[in-house]
Amino acid sequence: MNKILNMVLKRLGLGLLTLVIVSMLIFIGVEALPGDITEAILGQQATEETVAAFRKELNLDLPAHVRYSQWLYGIVQGDFGMSLANKQPIGEMIGWRLSNTLFLAVTAACICVPLSLILGILSALYRNTPFDRIVSMTSLSAISFPEFFVAYILIALLSVQFNIFPSMVTLDEDMSFFQKIYEVFLPCLTLSIVVMAHMMRMTRAAIINVLSSPYIEMALLKGIDRRRIIVEHAFPNSLSPVINVIVLNLAYLIVGVVVVEVVFVYPGLGQLMVDSVAKRDLPVVQSCGIIFATTYIFLNLTADILSRISNPRLLYSN
Amino acid sequence: MSDLLKITNLKIEAVRENRTKEIIKGIDLTLKRGEVLGLIGESGAGKSTIGLAAMGFCRPGCRIVSSSSIIFDGFEIMNATLAEKQNLRGTRIAYVAQSAAAAFNPAHKLIRQYTEGPVRHGIKSYPEAKKEAQALYKKLLLPDPDNIGYRYPHQVSGGQLQRAMVAMAMACKPDIIVFDEPTTALDVTTQIEVLAAIKKVTRELNTAALYITHDLAVVIQLADRIMVLRHGNLVEEGTSKQLLEAPREQYTRDLLSVRTFQKQVEDPGENKTPILEVQNLTASYRKNTPNVLKDINLKITRGKTIAIVGESGSGKTTLARAIIGLMNPKKGKILYRGKELPYALKRRTKDELRHLQMIYQLPDIALNPRQRIQRILGRPLEFYFGMKRSQRKKRVKELLDMVELPAKFINRFPPELSGGEKQRICIARALAAKPEIIICDEVTSALDQLVAEEVLKLLQNLQDELKVTYLFITHDLATVKAIADEIIVMLLGSIVEQGPREIVFNPPHHEYTELLLSSVPEMKLDWLDELLKSRREKEAARGNGKKFHDIESYLAVSN
Repeated sequence: MNKILNMVLKRLGLGLLTLVIVSMLIFIGVEALPGDITEAILGQQATEETVAAFRKELNLDLPAHVRYSQWLYGIVQGDFGMSLANKQPIGEMIGWRLSNTLFLAVTAACICVPLSLILGILSALYRNTPFDRIVSMTSLSAISFPEFFVAYILIALLSVQFNIFPSMVTLDEDMSFFQKIYEVFLPCLTLSIVVMAHMMRMTRAAIINVLSSPYIEMALLKGIDRRRIIVEHAFPNSLSPVINVIVLNLAYLIVGVVVVEVVFVYPGLGQLMVDSVAKRDLPVVQSCGIIFATTYIFLNLTADILSRISNPRLLYSN
Repeated sequence: MSDLLKITNLKIEAVRENRTKEIIKGIDLTLKRGEVLGLIGESGAGKSTIGLAAMGFCRPGCRIVSSSSIIFDGFEIMNATLAEKQNLRGTRIAYVAQSAAAAFNPAHKLIRQYTEGPVRHGIKSYPEAKKEAQALYKKLLLPDPDNIGYRYPHQVSGGQLQRAMVAMAMACKPDIIVFDEPTTALDVTTQIEVLAAIKKVTRELNTAALYITHDLAVVIQLADRIMVLRHGNLVEEGTSKQLLEAPREQYTRDLLSVRTFQKQVEDPGENKTPILEVQNLTASYRKNTPNVLKDINLKITRGKTIAIVGESGSGKTTLARAIIGLMNPKKGKILYRGKELPYALKRRTKDELRHLQMIYQLPDIALNPRQRIQRILGRPLEFYFGMKRSQRKKRVKELLDMVELPAKFINRFPPELSGGEKQRICIARALAAKPEIIICDEVTSALDQLVAEEVLKLLQNLQDELKVTYLFITHDLATVKAIADEIIVMLLGSIVEQGPREIVFNPPHHEYTELLLSSVPEMKLDWLDELLKSRREKEAARGNGKKFHDIESYLAVSN
């Protein structure tokens, strides 16, 4: 167990280092964007004096490294700074949006992770049967479509044609859980369709990969039922790659939802980021970037730990 | 009494890209209750395939021809559905695989895998099965029998794991157990324990067994009857005694007489200066880990064969790697003709490299499958001697001739050759450098015994001709007896005994050498029983609770 702790600490350290580097990259990237908020707010007719005064007021006249360290110092203390566009603390703006994004991601994950594991196991069990082929083909075509296309098809079908689900998501804090679920149904379905194929195919491939191992033959010769062999003997040994793919996809559910959020006008973090880029509200963009990066690094760390724990050889190595 | 298992006209085909090839060509076999039948043959004889077919099982790519008949206790397995077969497997016919390390599921604890069979077949409840497992572990002399089941396979040694698998096969008290080379992957000292375990449980529970092996000396200890197989055909069949004392077929006689080759004893009087000397060599794989080599000292005389013997984990391969420069020792010296060699391969001169060559255990892996023999053998010629194309071709042909292969092999790829031929190519490649010393790392372990014998003879002829020195690393004492002038016995990274063959192999031995030597199966009926009996007596006489198979205790004696 000590080894695991050791590894976790090491990875955490590395994760922090990565975060610092990422924060620099985000800052440099944002700096490199043409124009700044002053031009966006004051418009093209503004005189040089007003622009300079405004920039001074927003501390934009300070050199880049000073602003970077101020920004980083703030974040470490939990202060994301103020939005330039509406003078609100960014922390508050992001909080609600982040919880919405997480809500969408968690709902999607709850649907697609179990479903893709089950489908993956079933198609390994019924390998090369019509069932397997149909699952394979459907999932392949699902990942071949861009997600906005899937989203619009679903809207066209389920909200325009049959009017079952709303095409635009409106969320507020007083809604009950089931109302919320109803509201996020379409974006959730879109994400699940896009993400499931990866996980399902990896589960199938990983299981089939271990099916030729001697211990599977041994289980067969012990007279164990084929279904049980797949679930109890093959699946536990194929967990490591499956966990990695699942976690990467979970990260995608949080980080990669920008397009889906925009299509459904979903009040999430991704949309906030897109809006803020348009408004040149750079501190907000930076904060969103940092949150996305943290999520990604944290989930990867989780994947490493889980796939290690799932393997007794690594868990109890002497 | 009727036969428990009756196989008639068993034919099995290998199917590959719509082409079929018969690999079992009409075998008849019967097995009575409580009888042990040995199936023996070299690789490709089809013995494992027959063993699996007795369970109605075929590996992917093979199929049993429908005219075959496999009747188990009056029940025709050929007509059985998969569900019916699965009901028989594990409960009435069980299987013990060659490599327990591969056949145990790495994700589950041993006891869970033991109990799985009886519980899933609805024969016993989990607590009952668990209790029985512990009792059986105890009977098979596994250490800490109550708790060993709660370990994962990787936490248990190879010999213990193999015994745990024998226990697992016994879980449902089957009528027949198929043992598929259950001791081939084990060291000799561990093999004894597993053989003893197998003999004990099959006798006590009156279980019938198909015992598959390539080692005649092993099967004689266990089997009532033996079938000798070759290329999917039966060569001859008889009781163990008949086969041992009056074999009818030449092939059986060859199998029996294997290991008769022995090097002539040379005049030991000449005491030349050593060509290679190792002084106080100590090595470990990483910093702050235990040393895998502990203060090794040895001298090698030119033109002699020095065998390093030891079981897995004794550090013999590590020693070879350190000498050849693939591993940096912690301290100590390696002297070639009195001159110190740098540790690292990179810092050795071309000439120093040339004088030390190596041949590996697995020729399949040591040869690039996509290079022609011409290129494989030509490469050292170019590298060490800068030979031109035409010169190289001439020399490659000479080399092929030296290892007794036809010159037409020059344009072949390694996969087109047999195992023995591939190992000959490896020998030729080592010879191409005109080395003084060749390190042979288990060079015959992967080969069939008859082929191995030919390779040993070739190595000996080459030594007589070229005066090349061999450093022979092996766990196989029969090989050592055949070819070594001097012997070094290693145990857990230390040398416990060294000296000329006649001295090491003749009593008085060091205790560990004694253990090793006595553990080599002999072509004698009742050898195993007698050995076990004498060991129990000695253990009792000693009275200090020290067991024969407790390897580490031997080291304490030597220090």
